[in-house]
Amino acid sequence: MDKLNQKKIEELREKLQKQRPGFVKVGVSSCGIAAGANDVLDRFIALKKKNNLDIEIRKCGCAGMCYAEPLVEVSLDGRDSVTYKEVTPELVEKIVKNHIISGKIQEDYVYKTDTEKKQFKLILSNCGKVNPESINDYISLGGYRAVEKVLIKENRQEVIDQLKISGLRGRGGGGFPTWLKWNFAKGVNADKKYIICNGDEGDPGAYMDRSLLEGNPHAIIEGMIIAGFAVGADEGFFYIRAEYPLAISRVQKAIDAAIDYGLLGENILDTGFNFNLQIRLGAGAFVCGEETALIASIEGKRGYPSPRPPYPSVKGLWSKPTVINNVETLANIPIIFDKGGDWFSKIGSQNSKGTKVFALTGKVKNSGLVEVPMGTTLGEIVYGIGGGVSGGKVKAIQTGGPSGGVIPKEYFDTPVNYESLQKLGSIMGSGGMIVMDEKDCMVDIAKFYMKFCVEEACGKCSPGRIGTYQMLQYLKKISKGKANMNDLQLLEDIAYAVQRTALCGLGQTAPNPVVSTLKYFRDEYIAHIKEQRCPAGKCKDLAKYKIVEDKCKKCGACIKVCPVEAISGDKDKGYKIDQKKCIQCGKCFQVCSFDAIKKG
Amino acid sequence: MPKAIINNKEVIVEEGTTILDAAKKINIDIPTLCKHPDLDASAACGICVVKVKGSKKMLRACCTALEEGMNIITHDNELQKIRRTVIELILSNHPNDCLQCARNNNCELQKLAADFGIREFPFPQFLRDVPEDESTKTIDLVPSKCILCGRCVQVCQDLQDVWALSFIERGHKTRISAAGDINLSESPCIRCGQCSAHCPTGAIAEHDQTEDVWRALYNEKKYCMVQIAPAVRVAIGEAFNLPIGANLTGKIYSALRRLGFNAVFDTSFGADVTVMEEATEFVERFVHKKGKLPLITTCCPSWVDFMEKFYPDMIDNFSSSKSPHEMLGVLAKTYFAQKNKIDPKDMYMVSIMPCTSKKYEISRSNQMYASGYQDVDTSLTTRELARMIKQAGIDFANLEEEKADNILGDYTGAGVIFGATGGVMEAALRTAYFLITGKNFKEVKYNDVRGLEGVKETVVNIAGEKVRIAIAHGMGNVEAVLNKIRQALAEGKKPPYDFIEVMACPGGCIGGGGQPYGVTDQLRIARASGLYSDDDKKEIHFSHDNPYIKQLYDSFLGKPSGEKAKKLLHTRYVPRPLYKK
Repeated sequence: MDKLNQKKIEELREKLQKQRPGFVKVGVSSCGIAAGANDVLDRFIALKKKNNLDIEIRKCGCAGMCYAEPLVEVSLDGRDSVTYKEVTPELVEKIVKNHIISGKIQEDYVYKTDTEKKQFKLILSNCGKVNPESINDYISLGGYRAVEKVLIKENRQEVIDQLKISGLRGRGGGGFPTWLKWNFAKGVNADKKYIICNGDEGDPGAYMDRSLLEGNPHAIIEGMIIAGFAVGADEGFFYIRAEYPLAISRVQKAIDAAIDYGLLGENILDTGFNFNLQIRLGAGAFVCGEETALIASIEGKRGYPSPRPPYPSVKGLWSKPTVINNVETLANIPIIFDKGGDWFSKIGSQNSKGTKVFALTGKVKNSGLVEVPMGTTLGEIVYGIGGGVSGGKVKAIQTGGPSGGVIPKEYFDTPVNYESLQKLGSIMGSGGMIVMDEKDCMVDIAKFYMKFCVEEACGKCSPGRIGTYQMLQYLKKISKGKANMNDLQLLEDIAYAVQRTALCGLGQTAPNPVVSTLKYFRDEYIAHIKEQRCPAGKCKDLAKYKIVEDKCKKCGACIKVCPVEAISGDKDKGYKIDQKKCIQCGKCFQVCSFDAIKKG
Repeated sequence: MPKAIINNKEVIVEEGTTILDAAKKINIDIPTLCKHPDLDASAACGICVVKVKGSKKMLRACCTALEEGMNIITHDNELQKIRRTVIELILSNHPNDCLQCARNNNCELQKLAADFGIREFPFPQFLRDVPEDESTKTIDLVPSKCILCGRCVQVCQDLQDVWALSFIERGHKTRISAAGDINLSESPCIRCGQCSAHCPTGAIAEHDQTEDVWRALYNEKKYCMVQIAPAVRVAIGEAFNLPIGANLTGKIYSALRRLGFNAVFDTSFGADVTVMEEATEFVERFVHKKGKLPLITTCCPSWVDFMEKFYPDMIDNFSSSKSPHEMLGVLAKTYFAQKNKIDPKDMYMVSIMPCTSKKYEISRSNQMYASGYQDVDTSLTTRELARMIKQAGIDFANLEEEKADNILGDYTGAGVIFGATGGVMEAALRTAYFLITGKNFKEVKYNDVRGLEGVKETVVNIAGEKVRIAIAHGMGNVEAVLNKIRQALAEGKKPPYDFIEVMACPGGCIGGGGQPYGVTDQLRIARASGLYSDDDKKEIHFSHDNPYIKQLYDSFLGKPSGEKAKKLLHTRYVPRPLYKK
C-alpha cells in the first residue's frame, strides 16, 4: 500500500465518496451480536449472492439503541434510508424480497422513535454509520481530516489553544480540562513522551467506551495522533480490558490499516511527524482504570495506584510525561479539530462543553446509549429519552458508577454537568446511569456498590482495603435487620474517614453510594434498623409475606409449595402465613396467580 | 527554598522536602505506619494525612512536597478523629495478640495504638487465614500480622533487587508472600532479613532459636561457646536504651558468661584470620597472577547466596575464604578443643550475629562441617541475644566489663571494622600492603573506602601497582558494579576492578537484618563510628601483627592458604536455581 500524503488522502476521499451505492448496514457491536446480528449479516450475504444483488452489505457499530438490536439500515440509493429493528434471519428474507428487490418498505418492522430527536449524536453518529473494520469507509465520511488539518496547517501551541477554546473536559470521571493536561505534558522537556488511551471501562452497567472502540476505532486513533502531535509524543498505547475482545480486534485492525496508509508510523502524511500505537490488555482489575495504576500495569507491574503528584503528565509511563485520556474524550478530538473549538464550545452548558454519552440502564424502558448536550436535565434523559420505567414509578437514578451516588427523582430537573452532579453528592463519572424504581432498596443498592468496591479494591491502602470491607459488613448487617443505630454511626465514621484518607480516586469515592443514599434515603436505613423492615421489599431477610384476603381465591397453590409448613388453612377458611415459621423463600409469592400475596 | 507555615509556625526547607520531614524539623511528629526513612513513600497506611488551609482535600504528609506559601495543619480535632478511625480499621484486620508477638514492646502499630489511647475495638475483627511461612528457618512470615505497609516488598524489590517478596491476591485478601505463592525457601530469597528489619509489626521476624540455645546452656554435658560479631557490640545497646553507637564489647562478654557460656570468643578474631587468608589470596591473584581478578569478598552469606543464584558466572572471582564466624567455629572445635583437651562432640558453638542469613550459612555446604561436626551449631541475631539477656534478668546497662577468652577472643582493630561497609576491604588492604611491600601502610586508615555511599570506587597504590577497588553494599548497588564487570568481559576488555567488597545490607553488617529495629542512616553512621573508634583505641591495627594470629599459624595452621588452612578455612560455591521446585 502506498503511504498517503495530503494530496493522496484527499483524492482517495473524493473517489470513495463518489462510489457510495445502495447499502445494507447491520449493527455488529457486542449488543447487536448478542441479539443475533451475525446470523442476520450472514443471511444478507447469502441472499445477496443468491439473488445477485447490486448492493453493499456493510457492518457498522452501535449508535446507542441497544434495546432494539439487531438493527439494520437499508438504503437503495445511498442517501435515504430505512432502519429495521429486532431483525431476525426470517425478516431478512422479507426485507430482501419485498424491500430491496421490489421496493416495498416493510412498515411493520421499521424502527420509529422520537427519542432520537431529543438527543444530539456527535460522537455516536458515526458509530452507526461507519464500518469499523474499513478505513476507507471512515475516510470517505471525512475521517482523518482533522489529523490532516492539524499536522499540515497547525503548530503545537495552536492545537492546545484550539482545545482550550473548545472547553473539552475529561470524560473519564474527573472532568479535568483536557487542554491543561496536554499543556502540562507539552511543557515538560523530555526525550520521550507517551499518549495513553484509557479503555479500561469498568463501572457496572457502563459500556460507552466499548461501543466507541467497537464502532469507530479510527476516531480514537485520530484523537491520539493529534494528542501526540500537540504534546510531542511519538508513541501511544491503547489500554483495553481483555473482556472487550471485539473492541481489541477492531482497534488492532484499525491500527494495522492506519499503518498501511501511513497514517501511523514514520513521517505521517509527509509532515515529518512520527507516531506509533500499540495495544496493551488489562486483566480486568477495576483499579487499573485509575491512571497511576494503569501506568503500573502497562509497565508490567502490579496494578497499584501511586500517590500524585507527580502527575502522569509530568512523570508517567516509565517516568516520562504521559497524557492519559479516556476513550470518549479522545473521540471528541477529531470533531473539535474538524469543526473548530469555537463550534464545539457552543454545545453544552457554561462550564461543561460538548455532549456526553450515557449508558442508560436499570428499570428504564429504552435502555441503551444516549448522547445529549451537557446541561440536559436528568428528567429529560430518564423520561424523554429513556421512556421512564414500565409498570412502576421512578424513584432515583444512580450516576457515576461505584464512585457516584444516587439522586432522587425530586432533583430530576437538575441539568447534567460536572459541578451540578457533584453538588448533589454524585458525579458524572464515565457516564453510567442506572434508573431505579420503588422496588429498589437503597440499602441494597449501597450494598451492591460496596460489594463491587470490596471485590475490586486493589489492597494497597488501608482505608481502601479495610474501610470498604468493614462498610460492607455494616451494610449487610443493616439489610438483615440486625444492626443498631451505633452501627449506622460507625458506618458513617468509616465512610467519612475513607473519603479523606484513601490513596486513589477509587478509594476516596467508594463511600459515595453509602453517603448519598444516607443523605436522601436515611428513612430507609432507619426502617431496616428500627423496624426490621425493608420499605422496598427488596431485602430478602426482611421480606414479610402476607396473604391479602380479598384477593385470595383460596386455590391452595401457596400451601403446596411452602417448604417449611408456614402456611396453614384450607380451601374454605382461606390461608395464613405464620411469620415465625416463614423463611422468606418467596415461593408462595411466585406461585400465586392472583397477586394475593403481598411482599413488604 | 520554599517557605511555608505548619501549625502557625514558619518553616523553610529545601525544595522537594516532604511535609512530614518539614514538620519534623520544627518538632512536630506526624504519625505514619508505612513511611520508612530508607524507602520512598508508598503512601499505603493513610495515617499521615494533613490539611492545607483553603483546601478540602487531605494530603499525605509522607509524599507531598512542601510548597511555597502552604498553610498546613497537622493536628486538629477532625484529623485526630480520622487518624483514630484509620488506626481502628487497621487493628480490625490485625490479630492484636501483642503478648505472644515477637514485636511486643517494639511494634510501631502497638506504639501508635498506645499513643492514641485505643481502649476498644469498635469494628469486628477479620483476619487473613493463611499459614505462616517458616520454610527458610531464618526469616518467618506471619501474614496475619501484616498491615500491608509494603516496606518489605519495597526493600526486597527496590533496595535489594531480589524480588522474592511480593503482594499477592487483592483487596482485603491481599497479602505478602514469595511471588507465585510458593515457600520463601523455594524463592530467590537471599535471607538478608532486611524485610524483617524494616517491618513495623511482627509480620516478618527472625526465626527465633533462643530455645535451642537455652537447651544447650542447661545441658551440663555441653561445653557451650559463643562468639560475637563486630557489628553486634555497637548496636545491642539500642535494645537497652543505651546511647546509639556505644561500644559494649566488655558488657556483652560479661552478659554471655552470666548466661552460662563456658567460653566467650570474638568473631573479630575470626576476621583477623579471614584477613590473613583473603589478603594472601589477593596477593596470589594480583601479584602472582594465579586465579581470576577481580577478587570478590565472601564474608556475607546473603551475598554468596545472591551470587550463586544471580551471578554464577562469577564463582571463580569469589574468595574461597570462609566468613569469620565459620573460621572461628572450626578453630574452636579443632585448635581450641585440642589445646584444652575437650571432645569436640560435646562442644556447642553459638554465634551472635547482626544477621539472619548466618542461620542459613551454618549448614549451607559440607565445608561448614570441617571440624567433623557442625562448626557453628546455632546462630542468633543481635535481637535474640538482647531477649535472652532480658530473660535472664541481667542488668545489662550496669554490668561490669570483662575480657574474652584467649586466644580466640584477642582481636585487632582490623578485625573489628569488618562490621562496617568498606571494613573488610580496609583490613585486607592493610595486610595485602604488608604482604606485597613487607612494610605496614603508614596512614593505617583508608578513608576512601569508608562511609555510606552505595558504591565506593578508589585506586590504591601498592608498591607502584595500582589496585582498583570497588565497595558496594545493598544488593541494588552490588548489581551496578557486577554488571560493569560482565559488560567489560562481554566486550573482551579487562574488568575495571581488582578487588571488590560486597555486603548485602545497606551500611554493611552494622545495618544487618538481625540488628535492633528502627535503623536509619543516622543510626548506621553512629554504629559504624563505634567500630572505627574501637579500631582507633586498639594498639594493633594489622591482623598480621596480632601475636595470637602468629601463634595460631605457627602452632596449628601452618601457612596462610597452606594445606591445613585450605581444609579448615576455605569453601566452595555452586550455581543454584532461582526457584526450587
